[in-house]
Amino acid sequence: MIAVAFDTGGYAAVEKFVRPAEPIVVPAPMRAIMGWTEEQYDRAAVPTYPCLIDEQHVVAERYDMANVPLAVWIDEAGTIVRSAEPAGATDGFRQMDRATFTLPEAVVAAGRAARAAYVGAVRDWVAHGSASRYVLSPAALADRIGEVSDADARAAASFRLGCYLRENGRADAAARWFAEAAKLAPDRWNYFRQALDLNEKGSASGPLFQAAVKELGERPYYPSVPL
Amino acid sequence: MAITVLYDERAFATQGERIEAGELWLSAGDLHGATGWQMKPEGICRDERCVPIPPARRSEFLAPDGGFNLSAFARHLNEPVVHDDEAGVWFFGKAPGARRDALLAGEAPDFRLPDLDGKLHALSDYRGRKVLLLTWASW
Repeated sequence: MIAVAFDTGGYAAVEKFVRPAEPIVVPAPMRAIMGWTEEQYDRAAVPTYPCLIDEQHVVAERYDMANVPLAVWIDEAGTIVRSAEPAGATDGFRQMDRATFTLPEAVVAAGRAARAAYVGAVRDWVAHGSASRYVLSPAALADRIGEVSDADARAAASFRLGCYLRENGRADAAARWFAEAAKLAPDRWNYFRQALDLNEKGSASGPLFQAAVKELGERPYYPSVPL
Repeated sequence: MAITVLYDERAFATQGERIEAGELWLSAGDLHGATGWQMKPEGICRDERCVPIPPARRSEFLAPDGGFNLSAFARHLNEPVVHDDEAGVWFFGKAPGARRDALLAGEAPDFRLPDLDGKLHALSDYRGRKVLLLTWASW
């Protein structure tokens, strides 16, 4: 079920969908922190599992996903056993040297360790099912799944309205609603980054995004996942 | 101009609506077509659920011409409403508690989405197997 490189297939699938005529280029820092080798990436670029396109962000809304990459574990009965959480992603990227696009070796190592730990947890669940120590109890799930505020609900509605308008040829109107969503729910990076990227390709990782991350100060970009 | 109502993931073009003081009033036919809700003696009903209309607030929801104030009803249910007047589109969202309730209900919320070749996959198609739902974006 889990490829060696874990999620390279998903990344590659998204890249292929968005830029089908272009070769897939993985930014070097991303490749480094993910621990992907050329061979792993080439192999995983043709995923053996379904890669679905969610232009309306339906999954993010239903599963309370505020960023990527996030993962949810669902057992054979269709029950959530781990709710949305960063899938081995860390805040290491915040230490990137923007001039050289490099990361300190210790950060790369920590990122790889976090990803290996997450993959290990997934493997444990695959092997042991409900007996896996990584399966959360209903009480633990209830603690993790927070209340949705009125602002969050309104932000979700604004974002979905924007999606509809954009799909129907009203990009300018859509942009206003995306901006409204980002304003109402500033901790939901999906809205902010999607809006940036639709305005100008690539800007979701550009200066505005970097400034927003910097504004977090000591607060995490990716919440830590105790395993 | 017809209004597009987005309700429960579905778009519906109204034929008998009016907008008054920022409120969206629908005819009984449009109400049912757009939302599945129907006016009945016991209240506003859809499937097994009926929401009574408080007698003292009847005029807030029901007009003498049979119109129904969908925006007021959404507020009554604590559901967010946003609308783009220039485009003539109203979106009715889920109440704040609905998502958490759905996630804790015991069954993962279903969805149906296309893969890279356009083939649709529903989460429920994978019942009986473990699913790792992993998201990436094109940013």
